[in-house]
Amino acid sequence: MNSLAYQIIFYLFAAIIVGSAALVVISKNIIHSAFGLLFTFFGVAAIYVYLNADFIAVTQIVVYVGGILVLLLFGVMLTNKITQADLKTETLNPVPGLLITLSVLAMLLYTFYFRAKWVTVPVDQQLRGTVVEPIGIATMTTYVLPFEIVSIVLMVALLGAAYIARADRKVQTKEGK
Amino acid sequence: MNALALLLVMELGDRFALMGVVLGVLLTAVAYTVYAERRIAAFIQNRTGPDRVGFDLIPQLKFLKGAIGLGQPLADVIKLLMKEDVVPENANKFVHALAPLISLFAALTTIAVVPYAKGVAIADVNIGILYILAITSLGVYGITLSGWASNSKYSLLGGLRSSAQMISYELSMGLAVVSVVVLTNALNMGEIVESQTSNPLNWNVCRNLLGFIIFTTAAFAETNRAPFDLPEAEQELVGGYHTEYSSMKFALFFLAEYANMIVACTVIVTLFLGGYQVPFWTDAPWFVQVGAFITKTLFMMFVFIWVRWTLPRFKYNQLMDLGWKFMLPLGLFNLLIVASTIVIFGNSLPLSILNLVLVALCVAGSFAAKPQSKMA
Amino acid sequence: MEIGMTHYLALSAFMFTTGVIGVLTRRNAIVIFMSIELMLNAVNLSLVTFSHYLNDVQGQMLVFFVMTVAAAEAAVGLAIVISMFRNKQTINIDEINILKY
Repeated sequence: MNSLAYQIIFYLFAAIIVGSAALVVISKNIIHSAFGLLFTFFGVAAIYVYLNADFIAVTQIVVYVGGILVLLLFGVMLTNKITQADLKTETLNPVPGLLITLSVLAMLLYTFYFRAKWVTVPVDQQLRGTVVEPIGIATMTTYVLPFEIVSIVLMVALLGAAYIARADRKVQTKEGK
Repeated sequence: MNALALLLVMELGDRFALMGVVLGVLLTAVAYTVYAERRIAAFIQNRTGPDRVGFDLIPQLKFLKGAIGLGQPLADVIKLLMKEDVVPENANKFVHALAPLISLFAALTTIAVVPYAKGVAIADVNIGILYILAITSLGVYGITLSGWASNSKYSLLGGLRSSAQMISYELSMGLAVVSVVVLTNALNMGEIVESQTSNPLNWNVCRNLLGFIIFTTAAFAETNRAPFDLPEAEQELVGGYHTEYSSMKFALFFLAEYANMIVACTVIVTLFLGGYQVPFWTDAPWFVQVGAFITKTLFMMFVFIWVRWTLPRFKYNQLMDLGWKFMLPLGLFNLLIVASTIVIFGNSLPLSILNLVLVALCVAGSFAAKPQSKMA
Repeated sequence: MEIGMTHYLALSAFMFTTGVIGVLTRRNAIVIFMSIELMLNAVNLSLVTFSHYLNDVQGQMLVFFVMTVAAAEAAVGLAIVISMFRNKQTINIDEINILKY
């Protein structure tokens, strides 16, 4: 499993993820940020395949790339003048923000590599094969209540979003009368 | 075994060779689909269509005299490539160039999981059907971004229309796919085909007629073809999202559109028409299976072209109403029926019988209604 | 060096901090959204990692719930951003301060 090709591909995808995530944050052009996010999502999906989470990998693409990012792109298009092809945004408090985050990162990495005593099962007992079936069973048994609740949350959120985002109808009806 | 490792272990060379063959066939097929579409359109509209361009430049092929216009696709391609590539001044150059590539990428990668014969597929992914749903959701990007990056009203309207349309119809498409998964009890495309057996009564089009209709309609919308071709409605939007594209970039969009159509047909064939299964001939040799697969695909492509030149374009509100108020509830209803039949009876035989009776009733009804329409 | 659990976790940490930088330093509300999605993705990645190395699908179940919440958050957030843009013609968060006074 840990052949050289495996390692090279892992580092390739890791580089794509880190690089495009940096692009999301650094780029002054919002559309470029969106592209960075697209590649990050793809990279993460690839890493999921590495971790035997094929179903999650596909869901990642369907939900994040096919859903959330399209929503974000719509947001970019609706909140900027269409005619202005280059969308520039500035940064705010870069130095303190960077300082705080870098220290957080340093602490995280220190803990991961030197402090944490990770509990893992032996290699031969790790997750193997397709996980679609166990996930389906878990969704319909142990997690059936959270599953239903989360579907209601999603529906309420969508209804609320549609209500907030639509133009004020009261004004229109008044004008109509 | 890890899904990725499985891919790496199986004969990688064979897969690459197959990929080359499939891409070659697909791209040639695109050119001739355009030709076929023009000929069929001409036939439907009682015209002649392209019938002049032959291969007269090649001496050995001179005897063909271009009687049926078979050289037309080649001439079209050369014409497109020789044109000037115009990029609008205020366009976002990078995105403008990237958008057609995304479209083509989404169109061409879907075919990777489709089985052409027993055990023959570029990538035998164990969640192939989900992969197809995932990749189709990428198609939105090419069109939306091209519409936005061209910096033109018509393009933007086309792009927005298209993305709204594709997102809306993806839902009913997904529901139809779920009903197929419930019936065949598999996510792998090969297993889906295998479970349909060589008996046409076991094909999903018989077991799940409603799902087939929903999926096909959604596929029309996903490929932006008539009657759902609002994104490029010439009369309203000049050219829709590709108004500002010319030369090679336009050719890429053109290619993507037709490749999308062919790929959608192969997916419909795999999911509903028994894929490579030859009727009443279990374990047919591979070339017969490939032949059966291609025949079915050609038939579906003919249906696509036929529908395009028969039905008028929907209005935008009609499109949205059809998608959200009709197809989505119908998809849920269909899923309910399929799932409850499987749970109650344990097999799908009642569904086949029900569908056959329904089709028979419809045919009988249409025959009974004929004298009336003549009187009117 | 063998790819182990810490590699995936470190990758996740990098992604997460990148997201934090974005949230702290950018002005545009939509870029902040993107950064939040980055952070959620980083968390998902570590959940899937634990799920793999502990042979337990519960981690992956949790990822589904995170994804659902992320989708809900993106929908509501964008609705708010759009209605804010309609009222104030800007989505720069430092210019939207009517709750301050």
